Amino acid sequence: MSAILSLAWQSLMNRKGSVLLTLLAVALSVALFLGVDKARTGAREGFGNTISGTELIVGAPTGSVNLLLYSVFRMGSATAEISWPTYQEIATRPDIDWAVPISLGDSHRGFRVMGTTPEYFDRYKFGRNQDLVIAQGEPFDDLFDAVIGADVARELGYSINSPMVLSHGLGQADFGSSHENRPFRVVGILAPTGTPVDQTVHVSLEAITAIHVGWETGAKNPLADSISEETVRSFDLTPKTVTAILVGLKRKGTILTTRREINTNKGEPLMAIIPSQALAELWSVTAIAERALLAVSIFVIAVGVVSILTSILTSLNERRREMSILRAVGARRSHIFTLLVLEAGLVGLLGALLGVLLIHVLLAVIGPLVSAHYGISLIGTGPGLIDLYTLLAVTGAALVAGAIPAWMAFRRSLADGLSLRL
Amino acid sequence: MAEPVVSVSNLRFAWMPGNEVLDISDFQLRAGERLFLRGASGSGKSTLLGIIAGVLEADSGEVIVLGQDLATLKPAVRDRLRADHLGVIFQMFNLVPYLSVIGNVTLPLRFSPKRRAAISGSEDDEARRLLSRLGLTDETLLARRVSDLSVGQQQRVAAARALIGGPEIVIADEPTSALDADARDQFIDLLSEEARRTGAALLFVSHDAGLATHFDRAVDLGEINRAGVSA
Repeated sequence: MSAILSLAWQSLMNRKGSVLLTLLAVALSVALFLGVDKARTGAREGFGNTISGTELIVGAPTGSVNLLLYSVFRMGSATAEISWPTYQEIATRPDIDWAVPISLGDSHRGFRVMGTTPEYFDRYKFGRNQDLVIAQGEPFDDLFDAVIGADVARELGYSINSPMVLSHGLGQADFGSSHENRPFRVVGILAPTGTPVDQTVHVSLEAITAIHVGWETGAKNPLADSISEETVRSFDLTPKTVTAILVGLKRKGTILTTRREINTNKGEPLMAIIPSQALAELWSVTAIAERALLAVSIFVIAVGVVSILTSILTSLNERRREMSILRAVGARRSHIFTLLVLEAGLVGLLGALLGVLLIHVLLAVIGPLVSAHYGISLIGTGPGLIDLYTLLAVTGAALVAGAIPAWMAFRRSLADGLSLRL
Repeated sequence: MAEPVVSVSNLRFAWMPGNEVLDISDFQLRAGERLFLRGASGSGKSTLLGIIAGVLEADSGEVIVLGQDLATLKPAVRDRLRADHLGVIFQMFNLVPYLSVIGNVTLPLRFSPKRRAAISGSEDDEARRLLSRLGLTDETLLARRVSDLSVGQQQRVAAARALIGGPEIVIADEPTSALDADARDQFIDLLSEEARRTGAALLFVSHDAGLATHFDRAVDLGEINRAGVSA
């Protein structure tokens, strides 16, 4: 067997060019399949890791996926807000342990700004109930204090006491839409979490109200700049609305009842969602596309394996001579069969190995890009069982495919006799 | 008279039914003899060699190689018999293109523990020794790809391969037809001398009756083959 294996290896080395191309075809197909699978599971784990400990998210009525996306993942934007009195009603419900309001809608150089209360830093949890950690500084205290996520600090080069100007809306700051008359100061920087928190600028709810003094119509009032900081500080800055409320319950058992009661609220219409349920809903939508992608990539692997078969089949005619030489020096027909099957298997194994290597290099490169772009770290994309299974499956398929040319050579070696009659 | 190592009687073979290629009542190769078998191309020489080598099966009759009746042996046992006791040289394209010169010479040893055991030193040294006896000593020559060797050199490598491990029978199927006259005579002399030295019986097949003088005995296939088909 080892004699045949070394023959197979030497034979492949002799046809390096075409073997390399076949290897590449297999490698790319394997990388595609693993890439699709890892992106899928990585994104799920990453999203699932973003929020924990929050039992309900309450917002204005919209799609539950939409509410989850804009309140937690900072994707898209709210269509409507909740009034402050309604927030107070929710917060004082007897079945609720805590309620943290958040207010979105402004940005700072591409990073979203979120108004909230200092309680947010204690209540918001991610991963397996991990707390947010303020790596440097402290939570905001003054009206114009800001606590920034790790990515914000890193990318903008901010440190404690850096000044920052927020802009209205979500675009980059452009002329006439910035809140440059209300500059903020960085007082805290959060430790990295691998969630959208890293890309968020946190300020107090009052600050959000303050920077919008003079913006009541939605655009900047020409007189807005004439209102001094001292005057602003003297105003009643209690927010009129908030975007959403993160809610923790006293007892988990009441979650469905509480949700129903909020959803059927008599006053302002509201919507409460369970984060994990909304995520599941999101995945059920994407699952169709995922399955289609997986199916396509499995077919691509099949094409890769067929290319192994093709390359061996086309080489078979010119190797007839070689086969009869091997027979003449004592090779059994089963040796000829084994030789060709092993060649196919080797190409499959090496191609799949190369593919696994390729996708891990690729993930190591694009992982940080995805995280920088969406704030979601792909999780669980390291080498795993799926790589091993794919490797085994592709090698197995290649061995099976190799059996076809091997059988042809096996049959032929009988008809050819000792010397091929040229 | 020496014992026959190959004994053929009442052999019949047809590639297709009704189109008989071989019908030989009696043919023998004796131990250590150097036998010239003459036959025109298409006379069934290669087919006969294929049957003796155990790659083809006779339709009827008896083929006894080293005391074993091939018809009673399983294909795998015949293959083992060939691996252990037979060396084969073809007309041309004798070498496996992806193996080195030495790798080609030692190839039979991969399939025959018996021939491997018959070598006292290392396999590569034995290959070099045989090659140098056949006039291939140049190390740069041995390092070349086999496809870069001249036909005469390739045939000598094939001869070394047929002889390595001391098989009892060496079969050569038109090994000199691609060589010019000088190279041909030199090749035959080297081959028969090596065969004599190792004690192998040499069955040399050619269409060229002029070569018969190099051998102990000559047989004309046309005379012993009653089928006489030119297929």
